[in-house]
Amino acid sequence: MRTPLGIVKGLGPAREGTHHWWVQRATSAALFPLTVWFITSIATLVGSDYQAIVIWVKNPLTTVLLVLFVGFVFYHLRIGVQVILDDYANSRKAKLTGLFLNDAFCLIFGLLTIFSILRIFLGS
Amino acid sequence: MPNKKRPLSPHLQVYRLGFQMVLSGLHRIAGMALGLGTLIMVWWAMALASGAEAYAVFEGVMVHPLGRLVLFGFTFSLIYHGLNGIRHLVWDTGRGFEKEAVKASGLLVVALTVLLTVAVWVFAYMQAGKI
Repeated sequence: MRTPLGIVKGLGPAREGTHHWWVQRATSAALFPLTVWFITSIATLVGSDYQAIVIWVKNPLTTVLLVLFVGFVFYHLRIGVQVILDDYANSRKAKLTGLFLNDAFCLIFGLLTIFSILRIFLGS
Repeated sequence: MPNKKRPLSPHLQVYRLGFQMVLSGLHRIAGMALGLGTLIMVWWAMALASGAEAYAVFEGVMVHPLGRLVLFGFTFSLIYHGLNGIRHLVWDTGRGFEKEAVKASGLLVVALTVLLTVAVWVFAYMQAGKI
């Protein structure tokens, strides 16, 4: 007899049980409405000049939604790519290299984007 | 000794390509494309924060026909991945697995993706006063 924890622990190619599976769904659910908002906003801004776009980003609601969108996008991307590596990287070396590059990519570009948005928000 | 070269996941080479397989593969490919496409968003935010000159460079690249093509592909991938993601969330509740249901929801997602992608672009061109 094995407990559910014992069955889950250490199973699956990620060795992480069901945590990533769940977070992938949670970020999907959060990203859907944010994506609808993002696409509509960007499409509406087409043709606007630089100043108009800056004013849009500086609106506190826009800033918060953009930061949430970017944060969820990169988190969702990170675990999405990890699942692909779990599926296809068939050597430990390839997988670890891939996971490292994936983490670095998502962390660096996610932070760069959020930092830039906050810089616009705080700018005069 | 386990064979280290054995394939880990879908043995693509042993199945005849079907509609649902293509959609499933496209979900991942679109996801990866969007992952690379985030770089456009990164550049957009950095250029916007840097000032009008840096932003003009970004804008110049994006309005170029090739830039537009990439953005069109980005829009298509985003809408497809989003709509097909809803399909996956429904499947996660244990519903919609019947052969006919899978085919119908797949066709619906493809049709909506094409429709919405075109709608977004027509709307954007109207916003820019080009239509």
